[in-house]
Amino acid sequence: MTSALSITRSVAPPRAAFLDFPLGHTTGKKNQPEMQLSLMRQALAGFEEIDEPGAIRFLDERWSEDESWRQNAMAGGGSKEKESSDDFRTPRVDTPQYQYSEDRDEAERLHNKGACGSCVGAE
Amino acid sequence: MTEASAAEPVDYIAETRATYDALGYPPYQWVENEGTPPWTPVRVPLREAKLALAASGGIYQRGQHAFHFKDDASFRVIDTEASCDDLRITHFAYDLTDARADPNVVFPLDPLRALVEAGELGALAPEAFTFMGGIYSARKVREELAPALVERIVDQRPDIALLVPV
Repeated sequence: MTSALSITRSVAPPRAAFLDFPLGHTTGKKNQPEMQLSLMRQALAGFEEIDEPGAIRFLDERWSEDESWRQNAMAGGGSKEKESSDDFRTPRVDTPQYQYSEDRDEAERLHNKGACGSCVGAE
Repeated sequence: MTEASAAEPVDYIAETRATYDALGYPPYQWVENEGTPPWTPVRVPLREAKLALAASGGIYQRGQHAFHFKDDASFRVIDTEASCDDLRITHFAYDLTDARADPNVVFPLDPLRALVEAGELGALAPEAFTFMGGIYSARKVREELAPALVERIVDQRPDIALLVPV
């Protein structure tokens, strides 16, 4: 599944399902389980129905009536105006970037006992 | 036809090229695979198929190490029976707000489990695999991460594999 059509065409996987949503929503909208289920059903049907290598199936759902999210898609479709001279990129750091500081404490506590086996390449 | 052109899919390759040009950076090297993609026919109907899931949106589980932002080619193994409440998201290159509120928008465990429950999909492989995209070294992905993921996915003996990039 993908929401970046040009990149998927360049990578050329055997089968793909394209959802024309802002990045960060490859499989649907948040807290909309019915929509997520419908999209997954459409996408997985491609395994039975696509018979041409490289075919991309377009999923039938629109992000919104208003198409303005596309204007600021590189910034995730948010409201912040993009200035072309701004470096939007986040600094690259090689320390784990936890969602919550509690996650760090818990990960460190669990890994004190040794490798967990599920953080492959990070312990 | 202003309205129609406004509804064209965003061309992220062109957008990234323009942004890098404006910043004076050399062009980003996108992966370009030429020729006909590899093809393996699906041998079982979906209702009997075991599906393996891999996702690049920076998902980790509570208790696991988070990803870092400097060409992190590690991956996490996530039990496909995990509660979505225990899933976390980290990534430098997309707006995480919605994924943190509902990880199913980049790691669709709930819809896949619902399809298994409904008998429309055979089973989920017990382990899913997650990593954080935005790895600038295509070589590192091609020579290290991808082969390691393929090995782990094949070990699950799936019939089909679903990849969810961001």
